[in-house]
Amino acid sequence: MTNTLHRFGDAASFRDDYVIFAIASKGKNDADSLPKLRRFLEIAAEYKPVNLGDARHGGALRPSKSMNPTAHWNRDITPDFAAVIAGLDTPTTCAAVFDNKVAAEDFVKRIKEEDLGLSINISTSIDGAEQCCHNACIPRHSVGYSLGFEGAVEKLPSAQVMTLSTMCGHGMVSHSLAKKMVDWVKEGRRTPEQAVSYMARFCSCGVFNPARARRIIQEAVQQGSNAK
Amino acid sequence: MRINPDKCVACGNCTYVCPMEAIYIDPVIKRATIKRDECVECYACYNGLSQEHLNPTMVRTVRKIFAAMRIRFEPEPDVCPTAAFEPDELTWPRVVRRAFSDPRVPHESTGVEGRGTEEVKTNDVSGRVKVGEVGFTIEFGRPGVGARFYEIQEMCRALAKAGVSFEKKNPITSLMSDVPSGTLREDILDEKVMSAIVEIKVSVDRTEEIVRLVWDVEKKLKTVIALGVGTRCDENGEDHVVAPILERLGYKLERAKTNIGLGRISPQIAKPAAQEIVNA
Repeated sequence: MTNTLHRFGDAASFRDDYVIFAIASKGKNDADSLPKLRRFLEIAAEYKPVNLGDARHGGALRPSKSMNPTAHWNRDITPDFAAVIAGLDTPTTCAAVFDNKVAAEDFVKRIKEEDLGLSINISTSIDGAEQCCHNACIPRHSVGYSLGFEGAVEKLPSAQVMTLSTMCGHGMVSHSLAKKMVDWVKEGRRTPEQAVSYMARFCSCGVFNPARARRIIQEAVQQGSNAK
Repeated sequence: MRINPDKCVACGNCTYVCPMEAIYIDPVIKRATIKRDECVECYACYNGLSQEHLNPTMVRTVRKIFAAMRIRFEPEPDVCPTAAFEPDELTWPRVVRRAFSDPRVPHESTGVEGRGTEEVKTNDVSGRVKVGEVGFTIEFGRPGVGARFYEIQEMCRALAKAGVSFEKKNPITSLMSDVPSGTLREDILDEKVMSAIVEIKVSVDRTEEIVRLVWDVEKKLKTVIALGVGTRCDENGEDHVVAPILERLGYKLERAKTNIGLGRISPQIAKPAAQEIVNA
């Protein structure tokens, strides 16, 4: 599951994108991992994440199987971190997303102190992760580099759309929806916050970064207005 | 996946959320319809769309009235107003589509959700990639393009010919009918999936050779590839070996997944990390 590795963008574009996740290894330390994973999420919630999730149930904004029709006019787009923590019922990958370096660094430092025994990974720019490790006095164990996309790249959409859609590495946020949301905000049909919430609900493991998505959309709108 | 034509009101919301663009409004029957061969059974429509349970006849009538008056009703774009999506009972070989496309379904071969791989994410516990080794993740089909197994097989065969080792605990390896030649089961070759990851491990000195091999094969494929390269850092947490090779090959290294080494094997698991590589 390289669901956070291949996000589209250069290193600078990850300045507000720090995904930190905990994972147990099958057969080696997963048997007793559930309370540790829950603890990971509980601690993460203290550091003001912008998203929180697990790979079985999704993130802090989730779709509803029985939506009230009045929600079209007053839909709640507040992330529900407590529900994510309470809903964790099986060992799986748990992730916390932060929109600033300080929160990510402080969280990594705290996680080191908690000594959960789970594998902890930081997915962001290479420098960003190095600084988190340096701050917590942790030498990096292993690193997995993203070399980006190759092959039939002519089939890929614009950079703006790619930046949004690849924030769900499992591909659950479609290119078409990402483009539609950018267009809707440009046309004044939805706010950036609303547009971001629609996309976030499709991410099935909670690693979509609503703060970065909002910035990307706002930049797209700004570019559009500058072009006029 | 199927869309119940008795429920669908052709609102079109689902046509945008399908990652494979496999849903369209059929102009004859005026219902959303799934192009079955393009659908990868990712369940983004079923799991991602919120569902209302409105009366289809009522919704169609309202939509007709609004359309006649040129009034645009603008409902939430991530909602199926009549809960028209109904999962199919998937059988072999179509069931592999879902296994490689719906991230909530753990792969039977590895027990891992998502794309079913642990890679270097658990390297501090598994010891999968050691100093002097490089782990490659060659992912096909993402973002948003999809891949057929015959394309994946082309890469696997080329890698096998080069004498590399495939990761045993990997869903693609588990579907090989002949690991030494990188041959996949014949009955799945035409199946389309959202994405799939081939994992191999080589010594550091073969890094450039493997990258060039991937470059050669990907030119022949109709899908996209996302290449990941994992390595073990030295005792100071540095990598002065693999990154320079990749940069020399022209890659600008922007993003990485960094395992910070806090994991450990449970005390109950006495035996050392098992050998996890099948020699091709």
